[in-house]
Amino acid sequence: MPDHPLPPRASRTGLVLFWVYVALYGGFMALVLARPDLLALRPFGGVNLAIAAGMGLIAAALVLAVVYMVARADR
Amino acid sequence: MLHDTSPAAIAIFAAFVGGVIGLSMYLGRAKQSARDYYAAHGQIHWFVNGIAFAGDYLSAASFLGICGMIAFSGYDGFLYSIGFLAGWVVALFVIAEPIKELGTFTLADALDARFKSPAIKLAVAVSTLVVSVFYLIPQMVGAGSLITPLLGLPHAAGVIIVGVAVTLIVVTAGMVSTTWVQFIKGSLLVFFCAVTTGLILDRGLVENTGSLAPQVRTVRPDGSVLVDGAPQTRDHDLRPVGTLSRLPERYAGRRATGPLGPLEYLAALEDSTVVTWTAQKRVDAAGAHTTYAPVERQGGDLLKPGGYFRGLTSGKLADRLDFASLMLALFCGTASLPHILIRYYTVKDAAAARKSTVVGIAAIGVFYVLTLYLGLGAMTSGALDPTDTNMAAPLLARSFSTTLFAVISAIAFTTVLGTVSGLIMAGSGAVAHDLVANVFGVAMTDHEKVRCGKIAAAALGIVAMALGILFKNFNVSFLVGWAFHIAASANLPALVMVLFWPRTTRQGVAAAVTVGMLAALGWILLSADTFEKVYGLSRDLAPVPFSQPGLVTIPLGFLVLVSVSLLTPPATRPA
Repeated sequence: MPDHPLPPRASRTGLVLFWVYVALYGGFMALVLARPDLLALRPFGGVNLAIAAGMGLIAAALVLAVVYMVARADR
Repeated sequence: MLHDTSPAAIAIFAAFVGGVIGLSMYLGRAKQSARDYYAAHGQIHWFVNGIAFAGDYLSAASFLGICGMIAFSGYDGFLYSIGFLAGWVVALFVIAEPIKELGTFTLADALDARFKSPAIKLAVAVSTLVVSVFYLIPQMVGAGSLITPLLGLPHAAGVIIVGVAVTLIVVTAGMVSTTWVQFIKGSLLVFFCAVTTGLILDRGLVENTGSLAPQVRTVRPDGSVLVDGAPQTRDHDLRPVGTLSRLPERYAGRRATGPLGPLEYLAALEDSTVVTWTAQKRVDAAGAHTTYAPVERQGGDLLKPGGYFRGLTSGKLADRLDFASLMLALFCGTASLPHILIRYYTVKDAAAARKSTVVGIAAIGVFYVLTLYLGLGAMTSGALDPTDTNMAAPLLARSFSTTLFAVISAIAFTTVLGTVSGLIMAGSGAVAHDLVANVFGVAMTDHEKVRCGKIAAAALGIVAMALGILFKNFNVSFLVGWAFHIAASANLPALVMVLFWPRTTRQGVAAAVTVGMLAALGWILLSADTFEKVYGLSRDLAPVPFSQPGLVTIPLGFLVLVSVSLLTPPATRPA
């Protein structure tokens, strides 16, 4: 019977950032499901919340990815 | 609509195909080891790998499908973009580094690293092939469907050109040539989408009402086509649609806004009035009639959710669960796609895997922002074909110049080449490395492993061409969605639990992959969408409450893995 060493895991930093993004993505999808009418609002006068939140989620993925790369730069 | 063929598009596409096949032959001139063929010897630079991720991932569905959906339905196409990109967060933070350290050539290597179990290798190899084939069919059918309007060649020619080119790319130098083709494709795609977006913003919004008379297209039983009751010709065809009938008050007295900034463009479109076209179908003895009728809508209505996902505003719980299930599958599916995961083996270490994912997220994120502008630009370009949403991006390009049309058309084909080569590579590894070598136990030298992989790739290329021709008249666009659900249900529970739960057993992994795959597939086959679009039956006959399975089958995969693992002996731990 061979030994079965535990596999390498994702880093704690990665998991924290993962849950941050899950909260952002989940929050946005909850809003789309529960109150899609709110996403038509334009609190900043220009683009509506639907566009701002969608762009924000894409930007957040990139920002968190860069944070992760910097945080793990020495590994 | 009948489209003029573009000799320039044919020339650009031929030059690209000739160039990448020449490059593949150059890269494949030296003798290859199995590690060279399956994993580019782990020597691909992380930046190249990151752009190749984009080239692998951004399929025709992403480029043509999302642009078309935004152009015809508004914001909801962007929800797909958000979901597709979010999946990369799972890949980066949870999967990338461990899978690089666990595996060698295939997804089965990683899931089976602790256990050395033929049952796991068999289950994962089958799941890899199922996911890859479901992903492959729409790519090949898409190649055939695009070639007629864009290059003027028959459907089968598109399928065979893509199939032969991809097979040559893969068998000459395996993962090395596949990577470089995907790198070139990813770079071209993002660059030319950025150029087109720049042109859209420079043009701004233009009032262009055109004729608002309804149009009727009839397909007669003999296959001939009538437009408004007369035979369809180049001089008597459907009018292009997609116009802006009124600019916002602040542009009163002007017919065009002039150049706009990225946010200004969106704000101005929200306050404009846009003409979209509905399609009503009716069948009688004279043929199948589709009536296209104009509807004036406020731009703001098109830039909020609900244009395509009508369930969001229907008030029915099942419709909302259907949407939630799709978004969950997009989030979980990316990090479970075998043809994406094998790209982690082409870089030298976990740090390179991490950095290449960040580059991939940047390239893919920029691309998805650009597709929003491409879709909205097409929506108001006055150039849309009401019969074909997939033509939105090329026709938008033609509204600027025939040269840009030629370039975007050629890139649409290169999009298919890049994705299909990754799928053939994943399938080749599943057949030759997982099934032949590890499940059936065929002893092979290193050279024989390469030869077996190349034979498998050539066979998969032939299968892909046959499926592309066989499914010509079949609505296959939803198969990519199926692939995400099946991948997420079969592979993600096993991947996550192997990494995070020490009590996971080999039986648990094999059971979770098998049950997840079959449950997702079974649910899809019993869904209302499949009843209506595939079987031609009433949606009401479907026994499952909503069409997208992920919300049920992904948790089911976790449940099966935990239950079976607790009921079976734990793996021996190191002393």
